[in-house]
Amino acid sequence: MSAEADRRPLRLPRRLAGWDAAVVLLTVLTLAVASGAVDEFGTTRNATFLILDLAPVLLLALPMTLIVVSGEIDLSVASTVGLTSALMGELWAGGWPLETIVPLAVLAGAVLGAFNGLLVTFLGLPSLAVTIGTLALYRGLAYVLLGDTAVADFARDYTRWTIGSLGGGWVPNVVPPILLLVVLFALVLHATPVGRSIFAMGANDTAAAFAGVPVERTKFWLYVVSGAVAGLVGVYWTLRYSTARADNAEGLELTVVAAVLLGGVSIYGGRGTLLGVVAGVVLLTSLQNALRLAKVSADALTVVTGTLLILSVLLPNLAAALRARPRRRALPPAAPGGPAPPPAAPPPAPEPTRRDGSTP
Amino acid sequence: MSPMIRRRTPRRTAGATALALGVALTLAACGGTTRDGEEERDDVPAGGASADPDAEFASDLSFAMLPKSVNNPYFEASSEGAARIVEELDGSYEYTGPSDASASSQLSYVNALSQQATDVVLLSANDPNALCSALEQARDLETTVVTFDSDVAPECRDVFVSQVDGAEVSGTLLELTAEQIGGEGEIAVLSATANATNQNAWIDAMEAELAENPDYADIELVAVAYGDDADEKSFRETQGLLQAHPDLKAIVSPTTVGIAAAARYLQGSEYGGEVALTGLGTPNQMREFVTDGTVTEFALWDPTRLGELAAYAGAAVASGIITGAEGETFTAGELGEYTVGSDGVITLGPPARFNADNIDAFDF
Repeated sequence: MSAEADRRPLRLPRRLAGWDAAVVLLTVLTLAVASGAVDEFGTTRNATFLILDLAPVLLLALPMTLIVVSGEIDLSVASTVGLTSALMGELWAGGWPLETIVPLAVLAGAVLGAFNGLLVTFLGLPSLAVTIGTLALYRGLAYVLLGDTAVADFARDYTRWTIGSLGGGWVPNVVPPILLLVVLFALVLHATPVGRSIFAMGANDTAAAFAGVPVERTKFWLYVVSGAVAGLVGVYWTLRYSTARADNAEGLELTVVAAVLLGGVSIYGGRGTLLGVVAGVVLLTSLQNALRLAKVSADALTVVTGTLLILSVLLPNLAAALRARPRRRALPPAAPGGPAPPPAAPPPAPEPTRRDGSTP
Repeated sequence: MSPMIRRRTPRRTAGATALALGVALTLAACGGTTRDGEEERDDVPAGGASADPDAEFASDLSFAMLPKSVNNPYFEASSEGAARIVEELDGSYEYTGPSDASASSQLSYVNALSQQATDVVLLSANDPNALCSALEQARDLETTVVTFDSDVAPECRDVFVSQVDGAEVSGTLLELTAEQIGGEGEIAVLSATANATNQNAWIDAMEAELAENPDYADIELVAVAYGDDADEKSFRETQGLLQAHPDLKAIVSPTTVGIAAAARYLQGSEYGGEVALTGLGTPNQMREFVTDGTVTEFALWDPTRLGELAAYAGAAVASGIITGAEGETFTAGELGEYTVGSDGVITLGPPARFNADNIDAFDF
């Protein structure tokens, strides 16, 4: 990173900060309206169910945010959940203790992520193609492991803890660890050099590499982390539904990507905030929960989700286009050079910026 | 208008403020109403008591049917039957469920229904265990849980209304198959999801019968494919079966989605009329295939009657007429008298066969 960027650790691109706030406000509004309009939505019991429902999406969205900001994608996360779930079932049926199985499942997830990472970085293959491949491969392996059986007799203590609440109240036991992870990922992305590298490579990885960012290595570890988190979700999913099945979490990757995009992360990389993604996840899942309670049919749910996603992509771009129009008339025509400037770049300011002749 | 370059650093604070506000609001909303099982349901006798066979069906019960997935004609037929009985009993009725046949998506619906203090849930489960804790919570809140078509573990529900005796289904399917292929050759099964409780039980029973019954000594089950109760996947799996096993004589599909997709594939391929197809299907979806000769004969119970019986069974439990113990009896309107079997299972009756001669008499 250049020294100049280092002095501006937490500056968000202005346009995005706008969308960010919009998603958060929209989420708050949804929660408020749903609490008022839908019986049972605002109850503590529903809050418990809602949190248990959104936990897997939120957890998977954390590393997904970092990966998408870095300009890549990981579509194999849900299959990794399924495969680690199948592995758990297989080991449990084989008489292993859960204390051993849980770390093994997370480790297995990390290995599966590392395989993605190797193909993307070491072989330089496009991540979309790689992870669509491993989406099928890992799901297939899950079926090879468990086939058409389901393992269901997990230790009651563990399954009860997973769906239980702190001190018998309404806040699920899983909230503290999840909050810890959310804060951790937010800090990494927004307050560390690693996070700034991720933004830089997402904006332009060639430039980032020239500036000394270890692009390949960072991307590799992002995939490892993504896999490990998916392994953790595999554990959660298996214990929450107290059943290990090869088809667990099937199709969840799209919900995760939808939530990340809804949260204002640019699919082209280089832009996004974790706060927006958390809001996106809450918005998507609470909306589904509220509509379900309001007895809206499942098909309408998918229509609403799709519409919301289109809007989330459309609106910021529309706003940007509208904002850019008067400016284009005022500024001398400059050659638009590819994607948006990296977020670390200072915004155009009236006072002259330092020019020391060095270009990144 | 001069172009102003606006600097909006306060934006970030706006986001954070909004989120803080959101958390506060959510907490406030959650603190508002707490309904932890203190529902006023004086019209329902407490469950778990002894059965009173002379009790009347309670009125004003709220029923909800939760199928494996919505948009499935089989369950829509069941829903029609259940809705009719609920109307006769002066109850309220709703039909709700996920659009994909997975256990995890069903769980959210079970939770929603128990929150809404539904009196009777009529459930066809995608997984025998995944819903158990949610069903236990629902039953703690006085919700009667009746499974039909596909069961959960017996301790997680009140009664199970079985469409048919499992042995009768596999027996009927094998009879149909043997008749159509002259008692010898390779056969394959096109099932629903790999974890479907009932399909797997029938396939196991068919395998056992093939191994033991000398009448079927020349019939060999060469493959089991899974179409996941998705039309397009079942269609492709049919194609795969026929390509992988050129000597295949018959396909048995014990699922309504699978048999219809397989029939559509056969109809449009050179195998139509060459390879026999039988299984479980609804007359309405199979009519054209029986008419054009793609399919000779298939079987099914009447899902509408299954829905009716499930509704009666739920009403009987919720009204205290039965508790789900073996040997209890109740009268299900025009369907007649039923006895609860072991494990709280109530069986509808033997499956019906449909062919060119009788198919037009049915509309479901």
